[in-house]
Amino acid sequence: MSSDSVAIGNARTLRRDAWWLQPVLTVAGLTAFIVYTTWAALVNEHYYLAPYLSPFYSPCLSSTCRHVTWALFDWPFSPAILILWAPAGFRVTCYYYRKAYYRSFWFSPPACAVRDGHATYTGETRFPLLVQNLHRYFFYVATLVVLFLWWDAILAFRFSAGGGGYEFGMGVGTLVLLANAALLSLYSFSCHSCRHLCGGGLNLLSEAPFRYKLWLKISRLNEHHMLYAWISLAGVMLADLYVRLLSMGYITDLRIF
Amino acid sequence: MAGPYETHEYDVIVIGAGGAGLRAAVEASAQGVKTALICKSLLGKAHTVMAEGGIAAAMGNIYPEDNWKVHFRDTMRGGKLLNNWRMAQIHAQEAPARVLELEEWGALFDRTPDGRILQRDFGGHRYARLAHVGDRTGLEMIRTLQQHAVHKGIDVYMECTIARLLKDGDRVAGAFGYWRESGRFVAFTAKAVVLATGGIGKAWKITSNSWEYTGDGIAMALDAGADLIDMEMVQFHPTGMVWPPSVRGILVTEGVRGDGGTLKNSEGKRFMFNYIPEFFKAETAETEKEADAWYEDKKNRRTPDLLPRDEVARAINAEVKAGRGTPHGGVFLDIASRRSADYIQKRLPSMYHQFKELAGVDITKEPMEVGPTCHYVMGGVRVDADTTATTVPGLFAAGEVAAGLHGANRLGGNSLSDLLVFGRRAGLYAAEYAKKFTGAVKAGVDQLASVEHELLTPFNHHGGENPYSIHMDLQECMQNLVGIIRTESDLKKALGEIARLKQRLTRASVEGHRQYNPGWHLAMDLHALLEVAETCTLSAIERKESRGGHTRDDYPKADPSFGKINLVTRKKNGALSITPEPLPEMPGELKQLIEEQK
Amino acid sequence: MAGRQFIMQVWRGDAAKGSFQEYRVPAAEGMVLLDVIHAIQATQAGDLAVRWNCKAGKCGSCSAEINGKPRLMCMTRMNSLNTDEPITVAPMKSFPLIRDLVTDVSFNFEMAKRVPAFKPRPKGPDGTHRMQQEDIDRVQEFHKCIECFLCQNVCHVIRDHEDNKKHFAGPRLFVRYAALEMHPLDTNDRRELLKDKMGLGYCNITKCCSEVCPEHIKITDNAIIPLKERVVDEFYDPLARWLRKLTAKGS
Ligand SMILES: Cc1cc2nc3c(=O)[nH]c(=O)nc-3n(C[C@H](O)[C@H](O)[C@H](O)COP(=O)(O)OP(=O)(O)OC[C@H]3O[C@@H](n4cnc5c(N)ncnc54)[C@H](O)[C@@H]3O)c2cc1C
Ligand code: SF4
Ligand code: SF4
Ligand code: FES
Ligand code: FES
Repeated sequence: MSSDSVAIGNARTLRRDAWWLQPVLTVAGLTAFIVYTTWAALVNEHYYLAPYLSPFYSPCLSSTCRHVTWALFDWPFSPAILILWAPAGFRVTCYYYRKAYYRSFWFSPPACAVRDGHATYTGETRFPLLVQNLHRYFFYVATLVVLFLWWDAILAFRFSAGGGGYEFGMGVGTLVLLANAALLSLYSFSCHSCRHLCGGGLNLLSEAPFRYKLWLKISRLNEHHMLYAWISLAGVMLADLYVRLLSMGYITDLRIF
Repeated sequence: MAGPYETHEYDVIVIGAGGAGLRAAVEASAQGVKTALICKSLLGKAHTVMAEGGIAAAMGNIYPEDNWKVHFRDTMRGGKLLNNWRMAQIHAQEAPARVLELEEWGALFDRTPDGRILQRDFGGHRYARLAHVGDRTGLEMIRTLQQHAVHKGIDVYMECTIARLLKDGDRVAGAFGYWRESGRFVAFTAKAVVLATGGIGKAWKITSNSWEYTGDGIAMALDAGADLIDMEMVQFHPTGMVWPPSVRGILVTEGVRGDGGTLKNSEGKRFMFNYIPEFFKAETAETEKEADAWYEDKKNRRTPDLLPRDEVARAINAEVKAGRGTPHGGVFLDIASRRSADYIQKRLPSMYHQFKELAGVDITKEPMEVGPTCHYVMGGVRVDADTTATTVPGLFAAGEVAAGLHGANRLGGNSLSDLLVFGRRAGLYAAEYAKKFTGAVKAGVDQLASVEHELLTPFNHHGGENPYSIHMDLQECMQNLVGIIRTESDLKKALGEIARLKQRLTRASVEGHRQYNPGWHLAMDLHALLEVAETCTLSAIERKESRGGHTRDDYPKADPSFGKINLVTRKKNGALSITPEPLPEMPGELKQLIEEQK
Repeated sequence: MAGRQFIMQVWRGDAAKGSFQEYRVPAAEGMVLLDVIHAIQATQAGDLAVRWNCKAGKCGSCSAEINGKPRLMCMTRMNSLNTDEPITVAPMKSFPLIRDLVTDVSFNFEMAKRVPAFKPRPKGPDGTHRMQQEDIDRVQEFHKCIECFLCQNVCHVIRDHEDNKKHFAGPRLFVRYAALEMHPLDTNDRRELLKDKMGLGYCNITKCCSEVCPEHIKITDNAIIPLKERVVDEFYDPLARWLRKLTAKGS
């Protein structure tokens, strides 16, 4: 009548569902993104086709840029490197991504009620993980980058007309850049640090009605932070891909007007 | 292997860590006496945690017309005037301060727009009076008290069941029990003991009560020589879940009706209009239109859906008997067609969950099926109104275990306030008693060997009676024979059955060892449960009338001569006796309060 | 469903030894897992140890691991499980076993003792505390906690690293700290304690606590992360510090 005498403590998990699926998908998704981004950032070409600038290269701060946003200096390498550390740092220290990679890359834990992959554990109490606490600074910088992406999206309405002039117009690329900026904004403003800074840190919300309302709104966005994290990730990658394929001549942009 | 036992010495021990026990312990310790708190479950799991609707207190935050006099009147009238008037008065006067005190300790009640405590409507209360937190008020209350008690450094003995009170001559001198975890015995000596062990609902089959409600405190007090009163007065809450069978009896808060839900029979009719008793005619709406107007403005006459619980429970019972019940033998409680889904989810979140998860019913879309469920015992240990002292020196009682405040029927919300008001008084006067007590505390430990032997007997029988079967048979018996509607012949049959069950209990056997053994725990609890079942049945036979929680088919009317007496249960040399004794005389000015303001 | 049976694998044993025992229980409509355990108790194993009280998800007594997932037994409907296979019921893993499904949860009560008490500001002019609903909404979510300790049990910080119990309060207690820190009346500051003694930094926000909470408290999002942010305010944000100094009046 008794089954094998297993000590419950020794089983890695008693779960029977496909708990491993989520970590596998996360690893697949994040790895794909990292590989693509690294390549796209290092190739240092095909990131601009007027009026579209790939978000990986924005703002373009080197005078060597194909499309200079703001020339700060001469930079011999890919100008993407000058800027990508900010969104990368933002995402690496993001509360959601921390969960995702602690679970799926670090197995700490791989899934709930499944044994942690490590013998000892100190969490985020020591260097280097203590640095996660600087997330809000990345939020500040990443917000600046998002502003530039909106600027790029606006510039994407400006097409060159014959004779060196410009005309107002809209192509599919314009929509792509707009969508990208919108998704990244959703992601950035649904950030936990942002939620805290806007009002979460207050104890008496009723005494700051404006911040209270802001906090309510951001709290609502924050509930979907994970969703925004993924779709904005896919979005920025597709935006780059779109500009890249245009500039490589594989596809042509459709002008709407 | 009798003794020596693990022994602890205190000035005051409080048995029971629900609202009453916690409040008592907090007060006793604030008086500077060495206090211990003992409970059967883990701290914070007592019945109080389940209370949903709210705490009744005439703070007048919604209706400034409300004050202690109106609350007093409502309580007395709800209790069919069988209440101890002095308790009802103290309760109504002190409840508001006790609620505000919880706030000072960190509780957060729902608020009015001007930042005061929001109060909700409940059956039998003239004004919206229940301070609440959604539908989890008991949780807020017990957590607040529990955390406060922990911060005050009160010693807590959890999962420690008290089986007997210890005496030194006439007075109480401690308690004896066992650790559930290890099964080892433990003795407490104390100058004063506060009983706060709650009720007896586990004697019935359909009940909102948990395994803890086996009447331990009432039985222990009786065995120790204390008087009990009103043991026939058991409240059947009108709305328990009826389907599926496994959740039968789980409570559906009165808040559903307070917030707009109405009762309907299978023909879709709001039947409560046919069941308005003479006593409440003047203050109850007669038509659906009038009743609905009350939800908008509480100055209108109130809907009969919110008559006191005994009335509603009887009405539901009658509808089902007349063949107008739901497929599963209840009636419909409908809030879905009357309130928006948002409103329901905000006001009644845990009801929403309960039905969704346990019955697969979405209460924002469908009506609930409900029927009466055993809920509360108004009777219990007789106490002095001001000091909560029982008739045994050194023994105090508060909360559901004590009797008097609620008379023949308790109004919703009056229990939580009872716990706070009389819990505090119990702690205060027990501490005072302990301070005045100068002699040596001699808890005759020689009493213990025989108790130990008695408690361990189930291990010595093999292949005897299964305690679970005895319990189930008792529940069946009480449900069928000592339920909402009673008759002399049924009650006598029940007495016979209880006697047989007592016999069977002497042959009970349990398997396994003493460590955390629920079968053994139940066998010990059954001692108390059978005793309270018997006192309840005996009193029920003696009260030859219908009043509040006690309805006799063979005496369907209230009898004014019975309205003037309590039935007192005593135990002498192992024999139970029931004696009618007059109620304390109410002062004229209070009598007037009840008559006027109709 | 007449004649159907549930096949149960229930952990029986104590700290020294134990094993899963198989029981078969006739199925009835609407059963929850706790009913099945009670049926086993009443007819097959009278001494099967289990905690319960309310049977309605209100008291948080009946926590266990069902098919490996931490849940309340009284809120687990049998028809939500795959009953073609045996169902395993095991005690919470992170706490020392007492017997069968009952564990020693005193760790949680010890940690509760170490929480600095609620300390209200003085009462208002009318002798009461006026509070606005918007100031307490947040805290009321935390007060829903029924102390089932499922979150403590599932948290890998102590589940898989026993030694961390010395310096890690656990998600239930973080909910408690958050309730106090955000309480509109409270005047205590527990941030340093949280950082240095209660192990807030050990939480790596992997959200298992939030996944198992039967009260659906968003433990990580609404309690832990905001606490982490408050700790950052005080200890890891030089800019904010400097700004605070700058704007601090007088002195
Ligand atoms: C589902 C439900 C909803 C309710 N809603 C409301 C409401 O909205 N408003 C209202 O006013 N009332 C309500 N009530 C009633 C109210 O909750 C109870 O009457 C009240 O909580 C009883 O409190 P108490 O302190 O007397 O006992 P309890 O809270 O039941 O505590 C009893 C304590 O005694 C201990 N104990 C018992 N026997 C022993 C023993 N032998 N040894 C050691 N310890 C022992 C137990 O472990 C427990 O700690 C409700 C009741 C239920 C069941
Ligand atoms: S989020 Fe933090 S507290 Fe919650 S389970 Fe994960 S590590 Fe533990
Ligand atoms: S926070 Fe949720 S999971 Fe944790 S103890 Fe409270 S109710 Fe249980
Ligand atoms: S960006 Fe994810 S939490 Fe800040
Ligand atoms: S028994 Fe109370 S939560 Fe399950």
